[in-house]
Amino acid sequence: MSAVIEEHHEEHHDHKPTGIGRWLFSTNHKDIGTMYLCFSFLMLFIGGAMALVIRAELFQPGLQFVEPEFFNQMTTLHGLIMVFGVIMPAFVGLANWMVPMMIGAPDMALPRMNNWSFWLLPGAFGILIASLVMSIMGMGSAPNFGWTFYAPLSTKYGPASTDFFIFSVHMMGISSIMGAINIIATIMNLRAPGMTYMKMPIFVWTWFITAYLLIAVMPVLAGAVTMMLTDRNFGTSFFDAAGGGDPVMFQHIFWFFGHPEVYIMILPAFGVISQIIPTFARKKIFGYSSMVYATSSIAFLSFIVWAHHMFTTGMPVTAELFFMYATMLIAVPTGVKVFNWVSTMWKGSMTFETPMLFAVAFIIMFTIGGFTGLMLAIAPADFQYHDTYFVVAHFHYVLVNGALYSIFAAVYFWLPKWTGNMYDEKLGKLHFWVSTISVNLLFFPMHFVGLAGMPRRIPDYNMQFAEFNQWATVGAFIFGFSQLILLYNIVKTVRGRRTVKATDQVWEGADGLEWTLPSPAPFHSFTTPPTVK
Amino acid sequence: MSTTNHGDYYIPEPSKWPIVGTIALTTAVIGAVTSIHGGSINWVLPVGMLLIVYLFYGWFGAVIDESMANNYNEQVDRSFRIGMLWFIFSEVMFFAAFFGALFYARMIAVPWLGGAGNNAMTNELLWPGFEAAWPLLSNPDNSLFTAPKEAMHALGLPAINTALLLASSVTITIAHHALRAGHRKPLKIWLGATIILGIVFLFLQVEEYMIAYREMGLTLSSGVYGSTFFLLTGFHGFHVTMGATMLLIIFIRVLKGHFTPEKHFAFEAVAWYWHFVDVVWLGLYIFVYWL
Ligand code: HEM
Ligand SMILES: [Cu+2]
Repeated sequence: MSAVIEEHHEEHHDHKPTGIGRWLFSTNHKDIGTMYLCFSFLMLFIGGAMALVIRAELFQPGLQFVEPEFFNQMTTLHGLIMVFGVIMPAFVGLANWMVPMMIGAPDMALPRMNNWSFWLLPGAFGILIASLVMSIMGMGSAPNFGWTFYAPLSTKYGPASTDFFIFSVHMMGISSIMGAINIIATIMNLRAPGMTYMKMPIFVWTWFITAYLLIAVMPVLAGAVTMMLTDRNFGTSFFDAAGGGDPVMFQHIFWFFGHPEVYIMILPAFGVISQIIPTFARKKIFGYSSMVYATSSIAFLSFIVWAHHMFTTGMPVTAELFFMYATMLIAVPTGVKVFNWVSTMWKGSMTFETPMLFAVAFIIMFTIGGFTGLMLAIAPADFQYHDTYFVVAHFHYVLVNGALYSIFAAVYFWLPKWTGNMYDEKLGKLHFWVSTISVNLLFFPMHFVGLAGMPRRIPDYNMQFAEFNQWATVGAFIFGFSQLILLYNIVKTVRGRRTVKATDQVWEGADGLEWTLPSPAPFHSFTTPPTVK
Repeated sequence: MSTTNHGDYYIPEPSKWPIVGTIALTTAVIGAVTSIHGGSINWVLPVGMLLIVYLFYGWFGAVIDESMANNYNEQVDRSFRIGMLWFIFSEVMFFAAFFGALFYARMIAVPWLGGAGNNAMTNELLWPGFEAAWPLLSNPDNSLFTAPKEAMHALGLPAINTALLLASSVTITIAHHALRAGHRKPLKIWLGATIILGIVFLFLQVEEYMIAYREMGLTLSSGVYGSTFFLLTGFHGFHVTMGATMLLIIFIRVLKGHFTPEKHFAFEAVAWYWHFVDVVWLGLYIFVYWL
């Protein structure tokens, strides 16, 4: 093998294309990764603004700021944008940047397709957001049926913009499927000599498995919206009982996609945390292979638990029981992961730079979200909790305090490698503490109002829930605006005027191929494959 | 040991095609929705469709040129193979959604509406008198969804179609063997035969649809039986059309002498796709027409 490597002469000069064409026509994994991350950040602010509208309305009982119709559009678009426009693109952006560098490849396996995957997103979200703009201008309503777009709300009763929404979802799906195929091809085909599967960094592993989940379930989502389209416009009756169909069937198809989807949003987060914890504990990850097996079993199990979202639809008892036990089973591999992270830190020589702070906070708060998930998994208990703010609290703990936190951690962790400059540590810590205090102020009270019976997706509520809701709204505004600290810190680091230069290794405990490259990493990562021992 | 393995990486130059693709799809989508809402096809939709055709023509054309210029090494070839295989898997899952809908409607939704299990009250309160049956020849509410007069039969056209597609899977395999052995004449004959079989299949499928609409009263809006029937067979037919088009393109490329016995990934990819379309049909034949 080494003969092959020596044969290769240094011929690459780092010439980058210039101007707008660099971005529009890009075939470079770093540029495309940057575009994904910037897109995701922009969407975070747009979706976040919607969340603040929701929270402002919920500050007091009664109706203050918006009409119920508009409130519904806010919850719908907030959910859709956060899931498909923020969390997923951010992780694809991280994969684009890091997977080739971690496995010793020059780029992604299919670079042109990579660019198409990205550029479909502005098209898809342009269409979606246009429907909201039109709604604000008084021309019809934007989608208003919740991010889960249950039939018949979205079929019989959906506004005209639903058809735009349907095709927008199709475009997001095409984007995700192509992105996933690309990641699989890259990992299977472009690993450096010696980089066997069981030597791959955990982040690469988790994305490998996530990509399979994406290819398996995004087409099912496409099928669901296609049936919606024909039910709405061409007279079919998939979700209409009058023709022998069933609205509950929509929920089955949606959640067959939907539950693996939530793991699509958390497995890469697991990967990020599995890179950061060992670095700042200055130890190897505890239980590498059990991490890989745990991730795989979570992925497998995620296909057979979907109906835990449907306990109250009147399924036969056997089905309730099956989905209840299968769901609880997932807690086992998830527990293995948490155990391994904690054991990695055990007796490590730890320091708490910003990425580590976010990572540790992730472990604690994700675990809270996991526990509330377990509570919801108990079918008879879920009869009470379903469609209350308790569910909202659960999934925000795993998605905001979990997935989004891991993305923050990843950005701080890798930004020096991407830009060659250290970010401002003081601002990073400030961002962490303000965010962490406010995010708990925002979401923790939702557990209480949920258990007390406050329903989700309703703009008005009973007096008794007022105080907790006020706390939540205060937390929401602080959390929302504290993200400007992150924005400022990133801009400052990228411009690099008053920053410290990063070393190649960046972090003392960092280990892996990506840290052998210079900071900032060259335009094409590895033009000669490194050999991994 | 192969030296092309890791020595030279191949990374394509910046390309306009992804952006063209986004513009094409966005235009087509806006055209499709406005056409649906307007009740007739407006100019945006055909423009979008033409852009999509231009996209495929241009992008695949560029890839073919690069391939003919021998830019691709073994590694690129492997990436293409992996990409194609997983693309086909995603297609399988797309069909799985519709098969899932078929099974759910047939085994759960319709029986429950008829009062099966502990659903006696469902039947009593919603549509008393509705009797579960499959194929569904009487809908719960026949004023909203006009039930078909009769169901599809497994014999006749569908059986002929099954034979045609199965035969086409054989012919393309023979063509592939001929290609590998470097026999150009049988290659052309058997590949041509595959295309003809595909096109005849499509004609018969259209024939079947016309009979369904005109004589059997089986339409998209004749209840969940019609819905599942037309979406499953319709998407399959669409895939056969795509497959036949791809076959035609590789036929032209064969005539131009593009493929060698060793290097002919495009041929193989189309053959995989064709087999996939064939397997989906078998599922359709068994579960939609026969059982
Ligand atoms: C320990 C693992 C988990 C368990 C046992 C679990 C269980 C559940 C259950 C039973 C529900 C349905 C509640 C209801 O509607 O009544 C639910 C909802 C939800 N979960 Fe989890 N969950 C887990 C982890 C996660 C993770 C990791 C994510 C995402 C990263 C997630 C995201 C969601 C979302 C988004 C919903 C709400 C969907 C909606 O109705 O809008 N969950 N979870
Ligand atoms: Cu779930």
